[in-house]
Parts: sequence; C-alpha cells; structure tokens
Amino acid sequence: MSMSRRQRKRAFRAVQYGVLALVVVGMVFGADWGEIRRAFFDLDVAQAQFPGIITTALVNTVVYTLLGFGFGLALGLILALMRLSSVPPYRWLATCYIEFFRGVPALLVFIALGFGVPIAFQVVINQYVTVMLALGLVGAAYMAETIRAGIQAVPKGQVEAARSLGMSQGRAMRSIVIPQAFRIVLPPLTNELILLTKDSSLVYLLGLSLGQYELAKFGRDALNENRSLTPILVAGLCYLIITLPLGHLVRRLEARTAKAR
Amino acid sequence: MTAHNGEAAVRKVKAAGQDEPAGDEAAIRVEGLHKSFGKLEVLKGVDFTVRRGEVVCVIGPSGSGKSTLLRCVNLLEEPTAGSVSLSGTELTDPDVDIDRVRRRIGIVFQSFNLFPHLSVLANLTIAQRRVLGRSKDEAERIARANLRRVGVAEKESVYPAQLSGGQQQRVAIARALSMDPELMLFDEPTSALDPELVGDVLAVMRRLADEGMTMMVVTHEMSFAREVADRVVFMDGGVIVEEGPPNRVIGDPQHQRTRTFLRRVLDPAAAEVAEDGAPLA
Ligand SMILES: Nc1ncnc2c1ncn2[C@@H]1O[C@H](COP(=O)(O)OP(=O)(O)OP(=O)(O)O)[C@@H](O)[C@H]1O
Ligand SMILES: [Mg+2]
Repeated sequence: MSMSRRQRKRAFRAVQYGVLALVVVGMVFGADWGEIRRAFFDLDVAQAQFPGIITTALVNTVVYTLLGFGFGLALGLILALMRLSSVPPYRWLATCYIEFFRGVPALLVFIALGFGVPIAFQVVINQYVTVMLALGLVGAAYMAETIRAGIQAVPKGQVEAARSLGMSQGRAMRSIVIPQAFRIVLPPLTNELILLTKDSSLVYLLGLSLGQYELAKFGRDALNENRSLTPILVAGLCYLIITLPLGHLVRRLEARTAKAR
Repeated sequence: MTAHNGEAAVRKVKAAGQDEPAGDEAAIRVEGLHKSFGKLEVLKGVDFTVRRGEVVCVIGPSGSGKSTLLRCVNLLEEPTAGSVSLSGTELTDPDVDIDRVRRRIGIVFQSFNLFPHLSVLANLTIAQRRVLGRSKDEAERIARANLRRVGVAEKESVYPAQLSGGQQQRVAIARALSMDPELMLFDEPTSALDPELVGDVLAVMRRLADEGMTMMVVTHEMSFAREVADRVVFMDGGVIVEEGPPNRVIGDPQHQRTRTFLRRVLDPAAAEVAEDGAPLA
C-alpha cells in the first residue's frame, strides 16, 4: 500500500478528471437540451433584442455608471482630503460618512433617493440626477478610502520639495501629491468602475421611461414579454462587453505599476 | 538673462514686504535656536550667521542635528525656540508668509526628491510658473539655461526615473537654481550616490561657489569642505562645538570631539587603533 509521491499525485489527478468527465456526461445525457435551448438560446428572441439593447440599454448603463463614477470620484476626493485634514471635525464627518455608506446596501440608497426624498420633500428629481447621486454617494465612500491610501503612499519628501520651492500646501497637493496619488490608485479605481457598472442595474427600481432603460431593466422587460431567459443572457453578455476590457485594463495598469517600482 | 534677474530681484524685495536693512551682510542669521521632537532635544541653542557670498560647510557625527538645523533655516521644521532671519527678515515671526520666503531659499536633499510624474523640464518649470507666475516660454528658457549649467541639457524631456543618481541630483540643483534663490542649502547631496557619480555633483557645487552663491552645505566630503568652504562648522550633540576656516577646523582642530570625529572620518582604520588605546600621532 505504499505509493510514491509521484504515483499518489498522478492518482489524485486521475480522480479529478474522472469526476469532471462524469459531470459532463451527466449533463449531456441528463439535461433536456431542447428545453434549455428554448429557455436560454432562443435565437429569435435574442435577435429581437437588437438593436435596442445596444443603442438604448448598453448606452444608458454606460451613461449612468459614468455619471455615478464622476460624482463619486469628486466627492471621494473631497472625503479623502477631509480624512487627512488637521481639523478633527472634518475627519470625524468623513469617517462617519464612509462607514455609513459602506455599511448600508446600495439598494436602500436607491430607494431612499428614488422614493423617500421626493415624498419627504415634495420634489421631483430628474431620473439621471437620482441615479448619479445614488451611485455616486455609495461609490464615493469606497473611492475615498482608496484615494486616501494613495495620497499617503506619496513620499513625504515630495511635499517637502514642493514646499521648499515656495508652493503653498494646497498648490503642493494639487500639482505634486494628487497627480502621483492618482497613478497609484488607478487600478483600484478602475475596479470601482466595474463594481459601479454592475450596481447601475439597481436603477431598475426606479420608474423609468422606455428611453431610460438600462441593461438589467431592458432584459427583465423582455423576459416578461417572451417568457424566455434569453434576454437576460444577452444582457449579461452586454455587461461583459463593458467589464471584461476594464478588468484587462486593471491587470495592465497593475503590471505597469509593479514595473515602475 | 541679466534683465530678467534684475526683475526677479525687484520682485523678491517686494515679496518680502520690506526693504533689507542696509549694511547687514548676513544672508542667514540664527540665534538661540532650539528644536525638540517630543522629549528629544535635537538642537540645544545654536547661533551662527552665513554672510552673503559665503560657503559654509557643516560637519559632524550622525544624529548631531545637522539636517535639523538646515531644515529649520527654511522652516521645514518649526524651531521650538530662537530665531532665524533671512537677509533681515525674521522667518520665525508668525506674520511672515513662509511660502514667500521659501522661494528665496533653494534646498537640495540627499534623496533628490524630483517629481517622478513630471519630465525633467517640467520639474524645473512648475514652481517657476505656479509660484513666480512666469510665462511658459520664460520658465522654459530659464530651465534650459540651468540644465546647461549643471551639464544635463540633453535630458530635458526624459523622466527622473530614467536618470542616474548623479544626473538626478544635478537636475535637483538646477530646479532649485531656476527659482533664482538668494542662497542654497545642501543636505548631504552626494551621500546617496555611487562613488563614481559624486565628482560630477561636487563639480557643479564648486562652480556655484565660484560664481559667488551663498551656500550652506551639510557634507561628509572633507576634501570638498577643505577646498571650497570659507568656513567649517563642526556640530555635535545639538550644539556647534567649533567653527572657523577649514584649515583650522579640519587641519588643526582645537577640540577633542572634533579630533575624534575627523580621525574617524578621514582614517577609519587609525580610529579603531586609537579606540584600542594605542597612542596617536
Ligand atoms: N521628524 C523627527 N521626529 C523625531 N525625531 C527626529 C526627527 N527628525 C530628526 N529626528 C532626530 O533628531 C536627531 C538629529 O537628527 P538629524 O537628522 O538632524 O541628524 P544629522 O546630524 O543630520 O544626522 P545624519 O548625519 O545621520 O544625517 C536624531 O536623533 C533623529 O532621530
Ligand atoms: Mg542628516
């Protein structure tokens, strides 16, 4: 009963392949392929989604995401600077904000902004503004921590060199520290963009007009119409069109940063 | 170039908000300077002056407070007590706009501290444009002239990471010079360099000294101090132990602490023998 290490390794690998083969065979013969094809890969239904799913839904998803990201980035930068402020109340405020918005589900923020605020204050807010605020408020909490870490990663000698040349604290921050911090945080910020792209699906909660549909809402409506999951699959693939290149970009940026060190 | 320098000088005087008292030769005057970090007292009452056009080298063992002294001169460190004046302007006065004063003092650090996200040329122009308000053309013209002066003119469009340590330090010197400073501070500018690159940087500093620049240089390069300095200041334990012309302080030190230090720096092997109790010539 004594196997050499190599033999044991080989036997273990054989077992792994065996299990995989069983699962595949089971799926090929066990599953009802006609049913699955009809449910997921109905070509007619898939074709019917075009071009609307691209020209309206995909475009709206990108627009919502960028609105949220832009607002979140600006707010996140302000929060990061507040976290680093020498005035304690600013630090406390920023910390409370960050802890709160990282802690509550984005879904609740959407409901609060989409329904709560209009009812409570008797105001009508433009849908795009609502989306920008909801996505941005949540994204800012995460981006603030990322940016703060990036600012702190810039060596102290950089500020000293800038101040020695007569730059004020603010000028040194704007011209020297923040540009370097942004290079450091570019990969994690791109990750945040990917997360926001997916979070933008929460827009489906809000009452939208047809032209405002984004991918998730578009797929969901088509699902009801066609009694087929195909539109959901197509919508999913559309998300990948956005997120896969971004993921690739993150890896490239990380490799570049690693090389620069 | 000359016309421009004249303009800058006028601007400087205006910037300081007061005219320099006539006849005051001191570029830097430090009086009763104390500096503590928490409980650690690093400077324990330092008095000295650097006259206009003078080159002063500061030497002393590690931890004696040389960097701290230099950093107090442009207020990168806030003195705990005492005063620092630059051409008669008291920097330690809380009403003085420190940003306006700092632009008159160039400082060169041991670790270069070039801005890695900017090209060499932009490293030299950014403060000229943002702080002095010079136009792009003017700032670039001055930057190029200073790059030529330190011998790295051909590197203006590369980034600092692509330069050798010696080139980076010379760019750092050119960056400081581009602000037309009244005096230059150097904190061990060659300590982070490979030995074969030290000479180029020292040559640039030597030339600056010859041109009449007021300089305060913390250094371990004794031959540089001996040949270039008008005065050598020996510090130990947060005070100035002795100061004077190089041939006296380095050539014929009066204090035991100075002698021990110089023995260790100039001839480490002999210093060891001395510590073993063997008599020294
Ligand atoms: N920011 C700081 N906080 C606390 N202690 C400090 C700080 N800066 C310097 N010190 C301490 O002050 C003392 C003097 O430091 P300083 O850098 O002035 O010495 P130095 O003479 O320049 O030494 P070296 O030749 O090693 O550069 C050291 O004990 C150092 O640890
Ligand atoms: Mg030092």
